[in-house]
Amino acid sequence: MNRTVKFGLVIAIVLGTIGWLAAGGIGESASYFKSIPEVEKMTPSERAKKLRVGGVVETGSIKRSGNVVDFVIVDGSSKMKVQYAGNEPLPDTFKDGSQALIDGRLGDGVFHASKIAAKCASKYEAKPGQNYKGSGSVYVKVS
Amino acid sequence: MENIGALAILLAFCLGIYSVAASLVGAWKKKPFLIASGERAVIAVWALIMVATGILVYALVTSDFRFAYVASHSNRDMPWYYKVSSWWGGQEGSLLLWNFLLSWYGLVVVLQNRRKHRPMMPYVVATLMATQVFFLTLNAFPASPFQMLAQGRNIVEVPDGNGLNPLLQYWTMLIHPPILYLGYVGFVVPFAFALGSLITRQPGDQWIFTTRRWAIVTWFFQSTGILLGAGWSYAVLGWGGYWVWDPVENVSFLPWLTSTAFLHSVMMQEKKGMMKVWNMVLVAATFFLCIFGTFMTRSGIVASVHAFATSNIGNYFLVFLVLGIALTIYMILGRLDYLKSEAELESVVSRESSFLFNNLILLASCFATLWGTLFPVISEAVTGEKVSVDAPWFNRINIPIALFLLFLTGVGPLLAWRRVSAEGLKRNFKWPLLGSLLMMTGLAAAGIRHPYALITFGLCLFVGWTIGQEFYKGAGAIAKKESMNLMSGMVELTHRNTRRYGGYLVHMGIVIMFIGFAGAAFNRDTTVEVEQGRSFQLGRYDLKVTGVNSGQTDNYVWQNATIEASVEGKPYATLHPERRIYSQSQQPVGAVSIHRRLNEDLYINFAAISSEAQKPIIQAYIFPLVSWIWIGYWVLLIGSVVCLIPSKVKMSYARTEVVGMAGKHEKVAK
Repeated sequence: MNRTVKFGLVIAIVLGTIGWLAAGGIGESASYFKSIPEVEKMTPSERAKKLRVGGVVETGSIKRSGNVVDFVIVDGSSKMKVQYAGNEPLPDTFKDGSQALIDGRLGDGVFHASKIAAKCASKYEAKPGQNYKGSGSVYVKVS
Repeated sequence: MENIGALAILLAFCLGIYSVAASLVGAWKKKPFLIASGERAVIAVWALIMVATGILVYALVTSDFRFAYVASHSNRDMPWYYKVSSWWGGQEGSLLLWNFLLSWYGLVVVLQNRRKHRPMMPYVVATLMATQVFFLTLNAFPASPFQMLAQGRNIVEVPDGNGLNPLLQYWTMLIHPPILYLGYVGFVVPFAFALGSLITRQPGDQWIFTTRRWAIVTWFFQSTGILLGAGWSYAVLGWGGYWVWDPVENVSFLPWLTSTAFLHSVMMQEKKGMMKVWNMVLVAATFFLCIFGTFMTRSGIVASVHAFATSNIGNYFLVFLVLGIALTIYMILGRLDYLKSEAELESVVSRESSFLFNNLILLASCFATLWGTLFPVISEAVTGEKVSVDAPWFNRINIPIALFLLFLTGVGPLLAWRRVSAEGLKRNFKWPLLGSLLMMTGLAAAGIRHPYALITFGLCLFVGWTIGQEFYKGAGAIAKKESMNLMSGMVELTHRNTRRYGGYLVHMGIVIMFIGFAGAAFNRDTTVEVEQGRSFQLGRYDLKVTGVNSGQTDNYVWQNATIEASVEGKPYATLHPERRIYSQSQQPVGAVSIHRRLNEDLYINFAAISSEAQKPIIQAYIFPLVSWIWIGYWVLLIGSVVCLIPSKVKMSYARTEVVGMAGKHEKVAK
């Protein structure tokens, strides 16, 4: 066997293994981005997929008891009940009114979350004048 | 003052453009004075950026809330060091940090190389300054840090600022962004030299000799930055994770993979004159991945917990990336003849081919990670449906890759160049292999069944053994010859070839880190709703809640629990997890309590208060071996520093026609 073939063969085996790992994992690891209205319209077979749903945490809806957290997310006029019982604590940014991105599966009427990411809408880039105490007036940026 | 800052940025922007033009025209028309003025413009740009930065930092420290940036990212009650670090707390400021570091690098390059590399310097300067101009464009136009707050036509001050995100008020976060940036910005230098040598068709591998130290330093900063981020995530986010394959983590990891590949394959070019095209590709890929990383964190095209708000600067990055990559590809394709390899691969089992596989596998990991990170974007473009892949997918691919790499780490450095004899294989690997097989059997018998963890421990011993063997053999020979003890033999050995033995130390650091990574297979946790006096069990620990208190400081309201841990009835540790709500942002933040030990960390988080019963919810974790990750980092640090110390003995490599050249450049580079 000549050298080029030998090298080609080893390289093909290495890359093939990685490709096989990558392709094989994608089915069970993929989650589909859906909005709440889209989820409501889904057929039963589509509902079995892993989903990633975004929405705003409804104010006052967070109920914690033991390691279970229940809450409701809102997207426009649609709402969805979510239950989370994972072992990772929820991010500190998860609170009333924060934007949440939730991975999980639909159960009977409740979305079972496996992972929750959240950020406060105004966290990093608050609009000027928005969060300042005691200021009712509007500020604008000028350069 | 704010006007001076904005003016300084604008002037720097103009001078940057001048510098690019002067250098290129000067080189084209052979006008030394133009080239010299292009270099001086680099110094002027540096000075102007220092002025702008000084003004912003001064405004931050003195809490000048007329500045929109200061008002958004700082507040009065923060300690001064967090006020300074607000500099990189937001978009405008972190782009200014990029400019700041880049201008320092530019200054150093110009001062270091005033009398060297004359033919390629104009192109080096042009590349550096073109990058600088790009970032100055951002700071001058869409993302100016010198915007003021106004009501009507008057500039006004707000009473207090929004404050820095409380999650970022932690010591590793003070230095994580600048250090990571030092690594990413720094790679522009090797790239600039590579491009310069490509354009001018420099004979030999001058750019590699000039920039290998830069490459090591920036690689080290990248590693440190990534590790600091991991350490922060572990100690602050409340669940002890240090790596979750979040898009922002991934994009910081990509250039690290390619620069690691570059540091290895560059040896092939130095010693054998091979892989010249490949090295060009790697150095360019690393540079563009650094820019790409900034683009991803800034543009928010992939949803991430870390990603900052969607902004309007994404398109600027795309334009820069497309133009830069096109130019680089054009240059490489146009100069393929000059990048011809001087030797051929001879055997599948040889040092050369171990480098080849090291590169192949690092790049495969890089590509897979990039693919997974961009999967939502790709799938939306192809099928119209946005699909993301999660951490298990990344682990599924990257764990086998990492283990194969670990294996190569042990094998590669001991293989001979060109081809290896069966006798040599046996001599070098018999004992390490037997030892690690024995240990794996022992561990399996002791009840450790997790396959990846078993393999990792086995490989760690194998690699550690081979490295130890190298030091021991080499030091023994020197000690005997120079009649010194083994310890000074070790030092002497390292000093004679610092890059080689420093490299071994870096490898050792990685091995130690892998021990820590493998520990994650044995993590345990529990979540309980508790009240004072209640006990719960986790692993061998009995945890008793002996107190729940609350109180208030200027900055936040807090609530904490006192938890006494005991093992088999004997008191072990007392932990105080705390929960804070910051008054300025109304942001709840947990302050976890960690009892760190070499065998395992006991980690307790005050997660929340239950809604019905109003009782604390406590999460307790055991993280075996995690401390070894941080210990491994310190070994990596020592190894990197050793690599930078000049070797006592000058190596001259047996390369066919360029031997004389290599020797000369070696002297020039010093």
